[in-house]
Amino acid sequence: MIGGVAWSTVGELVLRHLYLAGLPLLLGLLISLPLGWLATRYRWLAPPMIAGTGLLYTIPSLALFILLPLLLGTRVLDDANVLVAMTLYTIALLTRTVADGLGSVPGATRQAATAMGYGELRRTLVVDLPLAVPVITAGLRVAAVSNVSIVSVAALIGVSQLGQLFTEGFNRNDMGPILVGIGACVALALVLDAGIAALSRVLTPWLRAGAAR
Amino acid sequence: MISLTWQWLTDPATWTGPGGILAQSVTHLRISVIALALAALVAVPVGLFIGHTGRGRWLAINVAGAFRAIPSLGVLFVATLILLPRLSGDLAFELPVILVLVLLAVPPVLSGTYAGVEAVDPAARDAARGVGMTESQILWQVEVPAALPLVLSGLRSAMLQIIATATIAAIVGIGGLGRYLIDGQASRQYEVMAGGAIVVAALALLVDLVMAGIQRVVVSRGLVEARAG
Repeated sequence: MIGGVAWSTVGELVLRHLYLAGLPLLLGLLISLPLGWLATRYRWLAPPMIAGTGLLYTIPSLALFILLPLLLGTRVLDDANVLVAMTLYTIALLTRTVADGLGSVPGATRQAATAMGYGELRRTLVVDLPLAVPVITAGLRVAAVSNVSIVSVAALIGVSQLGQLFTEGFNRNDMGPILVGIGACVALALVLDAGIAALSRVLTPWLRAGAAR
Repeated sequence: MISLTWQWLTDPATWTGPGGILAQSVTHLRISVIALALAALVAVPVGLFIGHTGRGRWLAINVAGAFRAIPSLGVLFVATLILLPRLSGDLAFELPVILVLVLLAVPPVLSGTYAGVEAVDPAARDAARGVGMTESQILWQVEVPAALPLVLSGLRSAMLQIIATATIAAIVGIGGLGRYLIDGQASRQYEVMAGGAIVVAALALLVDLVMAGIQRVVVSRGLVEARAG
C-alpha cells in the first residue's frame, strides 16, 4: 500500500496510462511524418497545414473527449475517444516539428545525395529523415510529457488511468491517492522523456562521434 | 444525439439568464484573464531578466520542462483540498483554481519571454550599445520590441492552457463553461455536455484568433518586413 492505494492498483493504472498516452504518440508520429514531409516538399502547403493542425491544439481536452463520441459514433466511455484525441494533439505538435526537422537538413547535403544518384524517396528516408531525428525527437519528448498530463483529464469522463486516483481522492477528501497519482504521472512522463532521449542518441551516433573529438 | 445537441444549442433559454452560456462565458473569461495577467506579472519580468543577463537560463529551461509533466487536474484537487476549508464565499472556490492556472501559465510565458530576448540579433544589441544606449534603453527600446513576437506566442499558448484547465476546474465547483460538461455528465444529458464542449472549443478558438490579431497589430513593422524579405 502507498497513500492508501494498493501497489497492484498503481501498477495497473500506470499501464493503462502508458497505453492511452503512448500508443497515440506512435500513431501521431506515423501520421505527422508524411504530413511534415508534404509541408517541406510543397512550400505553399506549409502555412495552412501547420495552422490547421495547430488549431486542433486550441480545443480543450475535456471538450474533445466529449465531442469525439458525437463524431465517431463511439460510446462516451470508449478508450477510442481518448486514443483519437491524444493522437490529434500529437499530430498538432509534431507536424510542425517534422517540417522544421526536414527543413533543417543543409542544402549541400541534399545536393550531395542527389548527385550520388539518390531518388527523392530514398533521399528522404535515408538522408533527410536520420538528420532530422534530433529535432523530431525533441518534439516527441514535449508531446510525450504533455500527453501523459492530458490523459489524466479523461478520469472526468470515467476512463480509468492514473487520473482516477485524483477523482477518487478528491471525492473521499483524501490527499493520499491524489499525491500517489501525481507522483506516478510525473515519473511516467520522465521515464518516457528519458526513453525518447536515449533512443535519439542511439539513432544519431554521428553526433556523439563529433562530441568525443 | 446530434439533433438533440443542436436543439439545446439553439434554444434561447440555453444562452440567457444567470446560468446561461453568455453568463458562463463571461465567468470563464474573467477567471482566465485574471490568471493570465497574474502569470504575466510574474513571468515577463523574470523572463526579461534571464534573457537580458543570461543568468538563470538553466533554471528556467528545467523548471518549465518539469512543470509540463505535472498533471493539472491533480494539482487542482490538491490546491482545492488544502485551501477550500480555509476560505469562505465565492473566493473559496475560485482562489485555488486561479492559483493553479497561474502556476500552469508561468512556464510558457517565461520561456517565450527569455527565448525572445535571447534570440535578438547580437548585432542589433551591439549597435544599440555603440550608439550609446544605456542597458535599460537597450532592454526596453531594442530587446523588448524585438522579442515581442515570441513573448506574445508564449502568452497565447498559456491562454489556451488556461482556458482548457478552467474548463476542467468546473469539477471543483467554480462557474464557467465547464459547468455544462461536468453537470451534463452528472445528470446524464449528453446533449448538454456536447453543446458545452462545442461552446468552449469555439471560445478557445475565438480568444486565440483575437490574440493573433493583437500580435499582428503590436509587432513592429520592421520585424515583419525583415522576416518577409
